[in-house]
Amino acid sequence: MRAAALAMRHQLIGLGGVVERNVYLTRRYIWWDVAFMVWTIANTLTIVFIAKGIEATGGSIDVTRATTTLLIGGVVWAYLGIIFEFLTETVAWERWEGTIEYTFMAPLSRAMHLGGSGVFAVLYGLIRAALLFLVVALFFGLSMPDANFAAALLLLVIASVSFFGIGMMTAVLPLISPEKGAQLGFVGQGMLLVVSGVYYPVSVLPSWMEWLSTISPATYALRGIRASILDGAGIAWADVWPLLVIGTFSIPLGLYIFSIGERYAKKHGKLKRSG
Amino acid sequence: MNKVVELSRAAPAVEVRELRKEFVRRDKKAGRFARKRRAAIEGLTFTMERGECVAILGQNGSGKSTLVRLLSTLLLHDGGSATVFGHDVFTNPRAVQKLVNRVSVEASFFKKMSASENLGYAARFYGMGPRETRDQIPEILGRVGFPPDRRSEPMENLSRGMQQKVALARALLTSPVLLLLDEPTTGLDPRSKLEVQDFIREVRAKHDATILLCTHDLDEAEALADRIGILDRGRLLMLEPAEDLKRRYDAETLEQAFFAATGRTFEDEAADDDDDDREVFA
Repeated sequence: MRAAALAMRHQLIGLGGVVERNVYLTRRYIWWDVAFMVWTIANTLTIVFIAKGIEATGGSIDVTRATTTLLIGGVVWAYLGIIFEFLTETVAWERWEGTIEYTFMAPLSRAMHLGGSGVFAVLYGLIRAALLFLVVALFFGLSMPDANFAAALLLLVIASVSFFGIGMMTAVLPLISPEKGAQLGFVGQGMLLVVSGVYYPVSVLPSWMEWLSTISPATYALRGIRASILDGAGIAWADVWPLLVIGTFSIPLGLYIFSIGERYAKKHGKLKRSG
Repeated sequence: MNKVVELSRAAPAVEVRELRKEFVRRDKKAGRFARKRRAAIEGLTFTMERGECVAILGQNGSGKSTLVRLLSTLLLHDGGSATVFGHDVFTNPRAVQKLVNRVSVEASFFKKMSASENLGYAARFYGMGPRETRDQIPEILGRVGFPPDRRSEPMENLSRGMQQKVALARALLTSPVLLLLDEPTTGLDPRSKLEVQDFIREVRAKHDATILLCTHDLDEAEALADRIGILDRGRLLMLEPAEDLKRRYDAETLEQAFFAATGRTFEDEAADDDDDDREVFA
């Protein structure tokens, strides 16, 4: 019992080590992160302006509601991008710096190793998402007196568990393809959001895509967050339970897929600096 | 570090039996999509006793780094077996990982992070918390001769020799009982090379560490190792004390013995098609 507790303590220290490392690296590259944030804001603005564009070209919509709907989609897109980026960089960055061999020969379970990246990504992603939302909302002068931001934030945190599991599946890609694997992670992000109604209701999707939306955690996150911010709704169990179920499956599945990739890399000698 | 892994006193430090590792590579001559299997390590068999220092000599592509990576649990084998203090490297890697650390030719650090931050990061993976490393990191950096006033500088500002000292400190911080050194002094200036070699001697004497040293440097091998192995094209030709090796080939120097054993000079680079493939195994 004591040995198991000690082993768990060591693993949690390892998880903390990954978080600590990411804090150091974020501090050292802070101006690059600021530049990336500017790009994210610009990118979100191009999407959110669509609502005003529709009105300007004669369309009849509730501009404030449409602007907020698009903004939520843009923020969730950016948030998911950060989660996937950090998880994919768990391998890609270590390979680039050359530390990958030291990390993978250390007695830390992969769950804790990736978990450290995931915990930091969620914390960093939430701060960034809140900042992005605030800046763009101020830019458009959006007023949301009824919004239930606490419920929206809580739902995003719950959804993060599932996002984290899916991110683990993409984190393995740089192990398989050192040159292009990291970029492929963004394919996962795009596929996930296109079926989840990122800027539109899922009802407009073809039926096969609409079916796929039911197994995407982003569908429930987007639906719930929009209900909380636009209508002031609380957390709906109808959004929470699918997220919990998907999270319960996606994390073990993500770890399993990562372990297959790691085994492949060890078999073919790809677990090294030069690939 | 509190090691939970049992260290078998009876088992050899390293026991390798008929170890084999192959890689699949493109076969340019056979066609665009053709592949061929090449053995990086073939039927490798040797034993290391606890506290022993064994040097493995070999040209580029002889399989030295593949051997280190197999024992570090970074590669899966294609045949044979390997144990570290009685723990199977391939079926029980976690137990082996707690006992082993390594220093390789590339120091490899997060270059924007300082020496202290990099060591802290590495130590966490071995279960060492901030409280534990707060005193140990300065102490171990002091022992490898790293200047205290440069502990907080980013690694990218440090010389290659300095970085290699931090790499040694990283390996020793986790108190490994088996230290794998893969050309640890390659590219260092003579002074740094001697300092690193002195430190390896100290580690062996004070920490009862078993050391596997893969090197190009014949003098280094002779100065540090109890036994010297010659690895040629993935095969271990012999493993014996330097004096026995020289006597066997009636050679005055280790270089002459190496030439007699392999039929090539130590500096010979890959000459034929087979050797082209072997480069990738280094």
